[in-house]
Amino acid sequence: MKGILDIFTIVAVAAGAFFFLAGTVGLLRFPDTFTRLHALTKADNLGLGLVVIGLLPQMDGVMAGLKLILVWLMVLLASATVSQIIARALRRGGPEP
Amino acid sequence: MTEALTLALVGLLMALAVWTLVARDTFAAVSGFVPYGLLLTLAWLQLRAVDVAMTEAAIGAGLTGVLLIAAAARLRPTEAPAWAERPGLPTRVLAAIVSAAVAAGIGACVLLLPDPAPTLAPAVAQNIASTGVGNPITAVLMSFRAMDTLLEAVVLLLGLIGVWSLAPDRAWGGRPGPAPTEDPNSILGYLARVLPPIGIVVGVYILWVGADLPGGKFQGATVLAAMWLLVMMAGISDAPAVDRTWVRLALAGGPAVFIAIGLLGAGVAGAFLGYPEGLAKPLIVVVEAALLPSLAVTLALLLTGPPRRKDGDT
Repeated sequence: MKGILDIFTIVAVAAGAFFFLAGTVGLLRFPDTFTRLHALTKADNLGLGLVVIGLLPQMDGVMAGLKLILVWLMVLLASATVSQIIARALRRGGPEP
Repeated sequence: MTEALTLALVGLLMALAVWTLVARDTFAAVSGFVPYGLLLTLAWLQLRAVDVAMTEAAIGAGLTGVLLIAAAARLRPTEAPAWAERPGLPTRVLAAIVSAAVAAGIGACVLLLPDPAPTLAPAVAQNIASTGVGNPITAVLMSFRAMDTLLEAVVLLLGLIGVWSLAPDRAWGGRPGPAPTEDPNSILGYLARVLPPIGIVVGVYILWVGADLPGGKFQGATVLAAMWLLVMMAGISDAPAVDRTWVRLALAGGPAVFIAIGLLGAGVAGAFLGYPEGLAKPLIVVVEAALLPSLAVTLALLLTGPPRRKDGDT
């Protein structure tokens, strides 16, 4: 059982790390701010989500796991809001996207 | 493996520090400084200094970062002229040499420390039972070195008075910052309605667990201040006028309670800020609970800046 959970953790965290990598590559390579925001939120949403899911079996206690999930939800809320605000500021005539 | 991670962390820290120094644009420098603070948080975590890490994240990266972003935004119109009149090469070389000498001096001090470094940790561990709290950092801050913590709280208050003293005469007693223009129903308004209930719980929780685990009033107060700032930025509630009695009471209340309990200690326990036998833990909790709202209001008002408009101004 322990071994299966460890393998699950490794797979999920590795997948999360892949999304962080993809998000970073997108941030560096995409042509304008809107697409870069898209890449960035992929890292936050999917990357961190997978890392959190992967770490859940390793936590001792339900409370610690719930705190991890809360952290992920907070990051989701923050990244969604901040991307909206950045995108809106650009559309209202900020610097060229 | 861990060493590779530590080395990568140190490398990133150095790179960001250099970036913050050499970036020409103030805003670019600030956007290097904030992740620098967050990485420094990781470095403190690596050193198992969780309390310091939390303070660095809350105050070093978060609060100072916001303060610097506001300053950069304010300096933006004068940035190009300021570059035109920058000092000549000899002055800059001299400044670089002096800075490098100071950095080398500090580095030498750290490297020349005896090994193991002199520490008071065993003394703290021996006497922590007398305070009733479980977190040694809290014991040091609130009991063994309570004077420093009191002065810190007072210094913040003095800092706020300094900021307020920059107010133009006609705005004195008015509200700080620009009038809210943000639509309260925007996405920021949504965040400012969803986040504060969670943030307030987190802030009070950080204060409460500070007695036995990493946490405390400064970190908790920063979270509370951030929630209030968010509500103000979103235009849901305006900043309070600085001549309101409740503002003054909220600002002075925490330090006043701290000083009163200190004087009580002078009478009962024989030393200023000494706690009577057996009452240390409750008194520490009272002081921390009184300091939390005061620090939160002080930090939030420090960020909103000097009073700039009176009600009725356009």
